[in-house]
Order: sequence, then structure tokens, then C-alpha cells
Amino acid sequence: MNETSRAHPEYNYKVVRQFAVMTVIWGIVGMTVGVLLAAQLIWPELNFNTPWLTYSRLRPLHTNAVIFAFGGCALFATSYYIVQRTCQTKVFSDKLASFTFWGWQAVIVLAAITLPLGLTSSKEYAELEWPIDILITLVWVAYAINFFGTLVIRKTSHIYVANWFLGAFILTVAVLHIANSMAIPVSFTKSYSLYAGAVDAMMQWWYGHNAVGFFLTAGFLGMMYYFVPKQAGRPVYSYRLSVVHFWALISLYIWAGPHHLHYTALPDWTQSLGMVMSVILFVPSWGGMINGIMTLSGAWHKLRTDPVLRFLIVSLSFYGMSTFEGPMMAIKTVNALSHYTDWTVGHVHSGALGWVAMISIGSIYHLIPVLFAQPRMYSTRLINIHFWLTTIGVVLYIVAMWISGVMQGLMWRAVNTDGTLTYSFIESIEASKPFYFVRFIGGCFVVAGMILMAYNCYRTIRAPKDSLQAEPQPA
Amino acid sequence: MDAVTINVIWTVAIFVIFVAIVIWAYSKRNRKGFEEAANLVFDDDKSAQDKVKQNKRESSSNE
Repeated sequence: MNETSRAHPEYNYKVVRQFAVMTVIWGIVGMTVGVLLAAQLIWPELNFNTPWLTYSRLRPLHTNAVIFAFGGCALFATSYYIVQRTCQTKVFSDKLASFTFWGWQAVIVLAAITLPLGLTSSKEYAELEWPIDILITLVWVAYAINFFGTLVIRKTSHIYVANWFLGAFILTVAVLHIANSMAIPVSFTKSYSLYAGAVDAMMQWWYGHNAVGFFLTAGFLGMMYYFVPKQAGRPVYSYRLSVVHFWALISLYIWAGPHHLHYTALPDWTQSLGMVMSVILFVPSWGGMINGIMTLSGAWHKLRTDPVLRFLIVSLSFYGMSTFEGPMMAIKTVNALSHYTDWTVGHVHSGALGWVAMISIGSIYHLIPVLFAQPRMYSTRLINIHFWLTTIGVVLYIVAMWISGVMQGLMWRAVNTDGTLTYSFIESIEASKPFYFVRFIGGCFVVAGMILMAYNCYRTIRAPKDSLQAEPQPA
Repeated sequence: MDAVTINVIWTVAIFVIFVAIVIWAYSKRNRKGFEEAANLVFDDDKSAQDKVKQNKRESSSNE
């Protein structure tokens, strides 16, 4: 395959192809580790008494792999593709593009080595130690230069709204990563955070929630604003709504972090501010969801025949659901029940698997044939099976966690008439066990779907020229 | 100036900016520009096809 595709000789598709393929591979790796962890919660002996297979070490490996390896590669692939195609110009620098690919893969491999060894800064979603943090910063700055450089040399007069979201994501993640990772190294593998006490907690969750807000939301909304209109074959429902909801979303998200620290040593006013900002965030979030789903108005029949479009639209439904659930859980009285329970875990996965993973999978299915100059994916039927595996898997997962989480919350707060606790902690764990099994099954469904995707992608990429015929468009 | 005054000014400023963005986004004057922008998703397919056609024409005229 040449550096560039035949149809668009001016674009750099090589970097997009690399990141797109790695998205599928890291997706399988990260989600498989997740299923192993789910199994360990039912059968603890599955850590085989080996330190580097313990839950405590594999859990950060799972979160880093799915967020930054799977989600990150999906974002790199789609952003390089979108920015080139909507600016109608080749990426600013091929060398920087190549550096971001190999640099990012190096970060992922280093994470996969250091985290099981127990080398961690212990900051959630920012566990990697300082030398890796510096490498991330270098890669990210190269990415930012390349992305914004491409915007500067664009051949169109407008900057398409997807690029606004992607730009906000790149810029904010740079600020978050650098500010939160400030640390004093004491050796090559150990450092201590520059922050302490409640300030450290607030920095951590300012970072943590904006990793959700900008990495897992703004970036993927950029993806949505390109691939939903493209796959549906019609422009976005309301471009004006996209402009308003962009500014509302990015100016509100940055304030929502304190809802992770309700009823802690954080000052009360900060908690309340975080709660209010999180509740208002519901409005711009649904602005994006409605805009995406309504893009299909008048073309709903396409959902019947196009499983890729189904992935994209159902991901938006999960986005709408989890951005309703999130603001509700940020309310202090609801949080008093939900915090530290499995409900939070369920909420995260309805966002991460339902929204982030499904929109990425849909986008990659759209991309693979384009990037490898094939008229379509090898098997549409396999895409459809993948869609149902993922949907059923995610629903099993989140329903199990809802029931388990609310039950835990209720058991932990139950008191007898004399004021003593009704249940011991171990009783709540015993009660959760069947739901952990349902979650494990749900996870297996999702991973099975990803393996089908890998096979389908492999057959598409390796298909001999002209062996795949474009399907006739239904009238 | 105390913290409360700064907070009040900040809140009012953000509110005014938000209203300004809504007015800007929904003003009639910007309608055409936004429509053009919304179609950017499809524009490079068209321009690529045009280029292919152009190239064909050029090559046929060269022959």
C-alpha cells in the first residue's frame, strides 16, 4: 500500500491506518484485562498468587489500556483523518505524525510493563511514573503542533465543528496532564506529587473528571460530528446547536471535578459548586446527543440496513443515558448513596463501553475500507453480530452494577434501632457476588465482539483487489 | 476588591458572553456560513471527484 490513497493523493493515510489497526488490538488487550479483573472479583484465586497479576496492579493497567491505548489510538486515528479531510489538505508534518504514532505506542508498552511491576504514582488515571509522563508530554506537544498546524494550512475557509471539539480536547488534555503530573522525582522510578492534602485531591479530580470531559467526551464528540453525518449521508441536524453546545460544554466541564470528593475534607462550598456545575452540564451534553441522533431525521430507515450507523446512533443513546445519570449522581444526596458502590462502576462503563467504545467501533468500521481502498467491510453480517454482542454485553454489565450498587449503598447505610450497623461489610460483598458473575458474562460478550471485529478487519485489509463488491444501496 | 465582587463580575461576564454566542450562532447573517461549514464533511468527496474528472479531461486532451 502506498503512502497515500488513490482517491485522495494529498492525504497522509498511513498514520491513520496505523492508529486504526492498533485501536482494535489495544481494545482487545484492554478489555480482556477487564474481563480477567471481573473474574478475579468472583474467583480471587485467579491472581495465581503472583504479585503482578493481582487486582491492585492490573486495575490501573486495564483503565490505562482502554482509555489511553484503545480510546487514545481511536482519537489519534480519527482526528488525523477528520482534520485532513475537512481541511482538504495533507497533515502539517508526516514526520511529527510518525513520531506521535511510535511515541504513543512506546508509552503504552511502558505502561504495560511498569504497572504490573507495581511502579505507580498512585494518582487514578495518571498512574504512570515521571519519565513516562515526560514522554507523554513530548508526544502530545507534537500532536498539538501537527493538528493545529494542519488547521493553519487548511484549504477551506471554515473550520468544521468536529475540529473545534478535537482542538479543545488536545489543548485541555495538555494542560491537565502537565499540571496534574507535577512531581518531584526521588529516583528513576519513584516520584512524589507536588501537591498535598485536599489540594492534591482537588488537582487529581480536576484532572480526573476532565479526562472524562475532554478526553472521553469532547474528543469523541469530534468523532461523532464527522462520522454520524458521513455515515448517514446528510449534514448535521443543526450546526448552530453544535456551536452553542460546544462553548457551553467546554466552559462547564472544567468545573465538575469536585463531585468526586463529596463529603470529604474538600471545603463544602467547593463541593456544592462542583455539584451545581455538574447538574447544569446535563444541558449541553444532551444538546450534543440530540444533534447527533436528529441528524438521522428523515433517514431512520438506514438504521435497519446499516449496522455501522446503528453503532453510532446507539452510542449516542448511551451517551444521553450516562450524561443524565452523571449529573444525577453528582447531587450530594444521591451521591451519599451511590459513592464507593458498584453504581459508579456501572456508570463509568455505560459511558466507556456504551458511548466511547461504540462510537469508536462504528468509526473504525467506517474507516477501515476507506483507508485500505476496499469498497466495504469483508462481512456486514459480522458487524451486525458484533453490534448485538456489544449491546447485550453493555446492558448486562450496567444493569448488574445498578442493582449491586444500589443494594450495597442501602446495606451500608442500614442501621438498627440501637444505632449499630445492620450489615457487616462482608455481607454486602456476598450479596454482590451473583451480579459480579453477570458483569463477567457481559464483559465476555464485549470481548467476543471485539475479536470478531479484528477478524473482519483482517479479512477486509487482506482481501484481494476487487474481491469485495460494494453492496447495492437500498432505495 | 473582595472575592465576592470578583465572583459577581465573573459570573455576569460569562453569562453575557454566553448570550452573545447564542445571538451570534442564530443570527441570520451567519446562516450561509454555517451551512457551508456543515457540508464540509462531504465537500472533499466532491472536489476529489472533480479532480479525477479534470485529470481525465486533461489526459484525454493531451493524447
